[in-house]
Amino acid sequence: MIEIQNYVRAESLAQAYELNQKKSSAIIGGMLWLKMEKKRVATAIDLSGLGLDMIEETPEEYRIGAMVTLRQIETHTGLNALTDGAARESVRHIVGVQFRNLATVGGSIFGRYGFSDVLTFFMAADARVELYHGGIVSLEEFAGMPHDRDILVRILVPKTKGHMVYLSQRNTQTDFPVLTCCAAKRGEAVCCVIGARPMPAVCVRDGDGILAGGIREESAVAFGRYVRERVTTGTNLRGSGEYRSILVEVLTKRALLGILEREGEAERAD
Amino acid sequence: MQIELWINEKKVRAAIEPDTLLIDFLREQGCSSVKRGCETSNCGLCTVFMDEKPVLSCSVLAARADGHHIVTLEGLKEEAEGFGAYIADQGAEQCGFCNPGFMMNAIAMFRENPDPTDDEIREYLSGNLCRCSGYEGQMRGIKAYLAFCRQKGGQA
Ligand SMILES: Cc1cc2nc3c(=O)[nH]c(=O)nc-3n(C[C@H](O)[C@H](O)[C@H](O)COP(=O)(O)OP(=O)(O)OC[C@H]3O[C@@H](n4cnc5c(N)ncnc54)[C@H](O)[C@@H]3O)c2cc1C
Ligand code: FES
Ligand code: FES
Repeated sequence: MIEIQNYVRAESLAQAYELNQKKSSAIIGGMLWLKMEKKRVATAIDLSGLGLDMIEETPEEYRIGAMVTLRQIETHTGLNALTDGAARESVRHIVGVQFRNLATVGGSIFGRYGFSDVLTFFMAADARVELYHGGIVSLEEFAGMPHDRDILVRILVPKTKGHMVYLSQRNTQTDFPVLTCCAAKRGEAVCCVIGARPMPAVCVRDGDGILAGGIREESAVAFGRYVRERVTTGTNLRGSGEYRSILVEVLTKRALLGILEREGEAERAD
Repeated sequence: MQIELWINEKKVRAAIEPDTLLIDFLREQGCSSVKRGCETSNCGLCTVFMDEKPVLSCSVLAARADGHHIVTLEGLKEEAEGFGAYIADQGAEQCGFCNPGFMMNAIAMFRENPDPTDDEIREYLSGNLCRCSGYEGQMRGIKAYLAFCRQKGGQA
């Protein structure tokens, strides 16, 4: 359990940032992860009074505040329409509704956890993060950056049309995932993000043009193999690296075939 | 530090520590239905409503509840008794320890989705663990209660 000596509901991001420069401070998101850490926090900085609990929509993008909960992501109509329901699918297995009403997007992304469904989804959605000090960087880049004392303010998701499929493998419902996979096709560009490897998510693009002639059963199989060769996996309690590598190949193929199906549905609807 | 909030619609002012958890604060305030069943934010037993949304009171700072409305099972007597009878009818529970969190979250579900499918029920309640039962009795109880609500013509 964490111990907190001093609680501050921040009145501005500038104040929050300044307070957070001390090593003994901590930003409080949903506190679900923090709570389990054994540590002493001199100043707990609560961002809940800064209006960051909203999903705003502009003609180009969704602007998701750091304090937006995973439940808001799950139930947001526009974001789910844009992503073919991948937003909902990526979070609905996380513990339970009461948990997702607390867990925040900011805490989930800033932590860059090696088991994260949330990181996997947003990376495949081509999101960028807005940092108070560091400005706007792509999530793919952010995932590899060293952890510093900056503040994540928003996640920006472009409204580029396309198709997405999110899949996760779990040993049991509501447990941490053994592997996550989210494929996206925007225009002709296909990417596949693999997470819970168990390391932070990575994005693989179709560098060899395997899918240049479109997604078919054979090209999906070949791309599954291609992604497997490029993604490092590791072993933990939930599964071995070898097992995870097999999952990478299978889930990538299934996600691509899911996209093919959606393309077909979209064509029939036109 | 001082906080001011509403517990079951009653305004309360109290002094707390910066790291007092909402669960412990609510118990101090006499809401003994609110219980702890785990240390990992996993079991759902501590569920309360914060501004009408079900949340885990074991994972929220009392400080964050400042200015907000909290409802516990003590504040939902009528709904809880009506629905609880259907769960008891099925002999769904054994030790009954999981009951308060289960009741709270089921009531949250009825309000959000008065006509859920079986899968929607399972998904909404998957964060409420019960270590004695196999959830089958609870499922039957929920469906019997929903059927009763439909017959009554009103919503749950
Ligand atoms: C029991 C359990 C099971 C889980 N299962 C899953 C799962 O299956 N899949 C999955 O993807 N995730 C899972 N998670 C992780 C969870 O979804 C959240 O990602 C995690 O709890 C962090 O979110 P939070 O809002 O609780 O952040 P906090 O715990 O409040 O914060 C986490 C870290 O981020 C920092 N922080 C928070 N907000 C900001 C900000 N805006 N700017 C800068 N730093 C910030 C905090 O200081 C802290 O270091 C699980 C967590 C728990 C406790
Ligand atoms: S006590 Fe188990 S989730 Fe709160
Ligand atoms: S009846 Fe014993 S835990 Fe549910």
